[in-house]
Amino acid sequence: MREIITLRVNGESHEVAALPHHTLLEVLREDLGLIGTKHGCELGECGACTVLLDGVPVLSCLTLPIEVQGREITTIEGIEANGKLHPLQETFAELGAAQCGYCTPGILLSGIALLRDHPQPTREQMREALAGNLCRCTGYTKIYEAVEAAARRMVASGGTK
Amino acid sequence: MKKQLSAGASPAPAGPASYRVIGKPLPKIDAYGKVTGRALYADDIMLPRMLYGRLLRSPHPHARILSIDARDALALPGVLAVITGEDLPRKYGILPSSQDEYALAIDKVRYVGDPVAAVAALDPDILDEALKLIRVEYEVLPALMSIDEALAHPEIKINDEARIGNIHKAVSYEFGEVEAGFADADYIREDWFYYEGNNHAPMEEHACVANWEPNPADPVGGKLILWSSTQTPHYVHREVSKVLNLPRSHVRVIAPNVGGGFGGKSDPFSHEICACELARRTGRPVKITCTREEVFLNHRGRHPVKMWIKTGVKRDGTLTAMHFRSFLDGGAYGSYGIATTYYTGALQTVTYTLPAYKFEGMRLFTNKPPCGPKRGHGTTQPRYAVEVHLDKIAHDLGLDPIELRRRNLIQPYTRTINGLRITSCALGECLDAVEERSRWREFHTASVLAGRGSGAAGDTTIRRGLGVAGSSYICGAGKPIYWNDLPHSAVQIRLDRGGGVTVYCGATDIGQGSTSILAYIVAEELGIQPEHIHLETADTTLTPVDLGSYSSRVTFMAGNAAIAAALKLKEQLFEVAAEQLQVPAERLQAADGVIYDENDPGVSLSFVQAIELAEARFGALVSSGSYAPPEDIHGDYKGAGVGPSPAYSYSACVAQVAVDIETGEVTVEKLWMAHDVGQSINPLLVAGQVEGGAYMGYGEATMEQQIFRKGRHKIPSLLDYKLPTTLDTPEIETILIEIPDREGPFGGKEAGQGPLNPTVPAIANAVYDAIGVRIDEVPITPDKVLRALKAQEPGARATARPHVAPIEAPSPWPTRLIKWQPASLDGAQPARQNGNGTVQRTATPPSVASKGGTN
Repeated sequence: MREIITLRVNGESHEVAALPHHTLLEVLREDLGLIGTKHGCELGECGACTVLLDGVPVLSCLTLPIEVQGREITTIEGIEANGKLHPLQETFAELGAAQCGYCTPGILLSGIALLRDHPQPTREQMREALAGNLCRCTGYTKIYEAVEAAARRMVASGGTK
Repeated sequence: MKKQLSAGASPAPAGPASYRVIGKPLPKIDAYGKVTGRALYADDIMLPRMLYGRLLRSPHPHARILSIDARDALALPGVLAVITGEDLPRKYGILPSSQDEYALAIDKVRYVGDPVAAVAALDPDILDEALKLIRVEYEVLPALMSIDEALAHPEIKINDEARIGNIHKAVSYEFGEVEAGFADADYIREDWFYYEGNNHAPMEEHACVANWEPNPADPVGGKLILWSSTQTPHYVHREVSKVLNLPRSHVRVIAPNVGGGFGGKSDPFSHEICACELARRTGRPVKITCTREEVFLNHRGRHPVKMWIKTGVKRDGTLTAMHFRSFLDGGAYGSYGIATTYYTGALQTVTYTLPAYKFEGMRLFTNKPPCGPKRGHGTTQPRYAVEVHLDKIAHDLGLDPIELRRRNLIQPYTRTINGLRITSCALGECLDAVEERSRWREFHTASVLAGRGSGAAGDTTIRRGLGVAGSSYICGAGKPIYWNDLPHSAVQIRLDRGGGVTVYCGATDIGQGSTSILAYIVAEELGIQPEHIHLETADTTLTPVDLGSYSSRVTFMAGNAAIAAALKLKEQLFEVAAEQLQVPAERLQAADGVIYDENDPGVSLSFVQAIELAEARFGALVSSGSYAPPEDIHGDYKGAGVGPSPAYSYSACVAQVAVDIETGEVTVEKLWMAHDVGQSINPLLVAGQVEGGAYMGYGEATMEQQIFRKGRHKIPSLLDYKLPTTLDTPEIETILIEIPDREGPFGGKEAGQGPLNPTVPAIANAVYDAIGVRIDEVPITPDKVLRALKAQEPGARATARPHVAPIEAPSPWPTRLIKWQPASLDGAQPARQNGNGTVQRTATPPSVASKGGTN
């Protein structure tokens, strides 16, 4: 029934025995204990389960692990570098962009991908990039402000991480 | 700061200028856990040997259960337990007056989704199969799916709580002399409105884990722990104990991080009770996580409400009387619905001065998921109706809508006609702020010149408009759900000799930041940094009571309790510091981890040293503070317990919309939101609440709605249930008005719910301003806009216009009328005019309780 698959998550290689119909979301949370990836619908509607696949945001609830063997998967647990938070994590904390915090991991990953493609994104680019990530707490205002502040911080420190 | 002090200045006055923590835009103390994915939510909890549970739910909106056969399910390998209604035969409900739910249905199901059986199994895949093997035989009954159907068919009784037909609750009040008020009016207007129901849709689906710890030496047999994504661990604790027949001493309820609630996690739920019972039966932890569809079925969301208003005004816009009727679609069970019914009438008098007010409300049972409290609980629908109604009156009288509101402002530190005590009120300042920031006058001058809707010039199909609304909201319910004299909130603080500070409080952080607020307040009082403090919250065993995160009560009540607890410890620390430093205690200040002489800051003692000295003197350093609202804040009639609050927040909103007259699409371009918060404990968090409330109000005004077809929720998913994404949500400009309240913690008031309320009518009024047609129903969807515009065209039939079908009110109203007025008015005419045309009454002197409330 279960199949042995190898997943590369946050730079670490994991061999897991997973049921083939289980989604990447389930395997990350249940088998690998990476509970920072959240779920709000299990149907690809809310964006809470967003992870990066080779740097590109994907919905882990619509992804089968077997399809992504050998690819680089990044979850919220994997974006700190050398014990230092990503600038977007810092600004999310400092500027009140995380209220209940449940959509936050997914939005951070979408936001990090946005900042990589557009180091100084406009509000319009932010709206486009985050349109698949629902947030019910903030009205998105503080999220935009945090993305802008992170962009400034990253430019000031000499480029993207 | 110390520089100022050493200049020999007199002590800094207590107030915003001297605050080190209060009023500062600090990060939330749990922010780093949330941005790194470390924060644990209920579904993140995994325990050894844990089982998974799920509920079997009714496929029928109304049916009798003839039999349930779970033998095949129980026989399935991997299934450890199946329970049905007979296993949990005790009724429960959030209100003592609405104990009408069973954890699993007995005899009857009342909506599609009503839980019927619960299963525990080794893994979720087995659950799917097990649920299919449970055979339930139903006798299908006719279903009633609307207010009108529920009134029309009293012979089909949905819920035995209803005394007459399907009327769950009817209330009827007259405050002051309403007929005299109408006789005094120069102009009277009547309108009908309808507010569609909607769901909170928090991002986190309800989830819980229960664990039973057996102990044969204990006559009870063991202890139960429940981790649940709840806003009200205190009430869940109460109801779980009741249904499982366990002493409350043997039940512990903990709310871990909660991924949003907005009122939707304020009831005790079937899945919580079933997880507990399955854990007790199996002796193993059981987790139940609801699907998104189940969140829509748990519901407890915004009641659909039909409303009728009749208002009398003088020519200058001064209100003389209002008669308000509400008809609530309650769904299948009581939930908070009795309180909601009262709330649809209670706060009309708190926003504007009404010299006479009549309120009749009724809640109907229908075969839909139960409605309950959603952000703005019961006040959002009438606020929408009243603010649109007042807008119409302003236009009828040729008055500027802001001016009409200004002429009727409630005055600070007065009493309303229904006996509610008003303390601070800055609605006038809020209106001034949004008028100025939105360039209201300039916009309307320009649009008068250009014809209706500023976009009217040229050949575009876009019409722009501005609309305004004001509102008020409670800072905590003045009465607990179970009436008693106990504190509503309590805080304990423990200092240890290493300098550690631990704050214990039942307050439940659902994302609004209540845990951080406790830290800021204790940090300010003890002169330390918030990060220094360890917080234990929302745990019915470890922490003293807080009633829960509902009614916008936590900052006000837990905040005052925290001040009281901190002041006691500060007194002990100052006593020993005064001796050590040879300085009178009155001259001591605490800031930045140091206790010092305000006349000579060099004379100082570290916080840690002071703790050591104090512990040597007094023993272990532990204090407690508690808060209960003052008694004398409401009238003395039956039903006066819903509406009173130790303070009210005020908000005003201006919305700018662009309506496409070809497609009917309403784009909200900007919201200006001014909120009277008293004093921001943290302006960043307050602004976050204001923006979140405005966002949610925007969703309700334009798109969010529950739709049912053939007895079923038609759109129980986040794809079909439309809610605002980044692409929809308008720009929100937040303006905080800070005039400290005399009783709020550091003068603070609520921000979590109030700002939602004016958003909805401001948008509705802006749509009228843009296209000149009223749509007296929310959400204002493109089809309604197009129908309204079409009906305006020459030759269109008048009946084509969208309108709210009136309800024929039962005559007489099916409950006894309670007439009441403040003692100061007995035998006197209720209102007197002053020069400004505003109505003023003799104010009952406010009873200002000492800071920190009752201890």
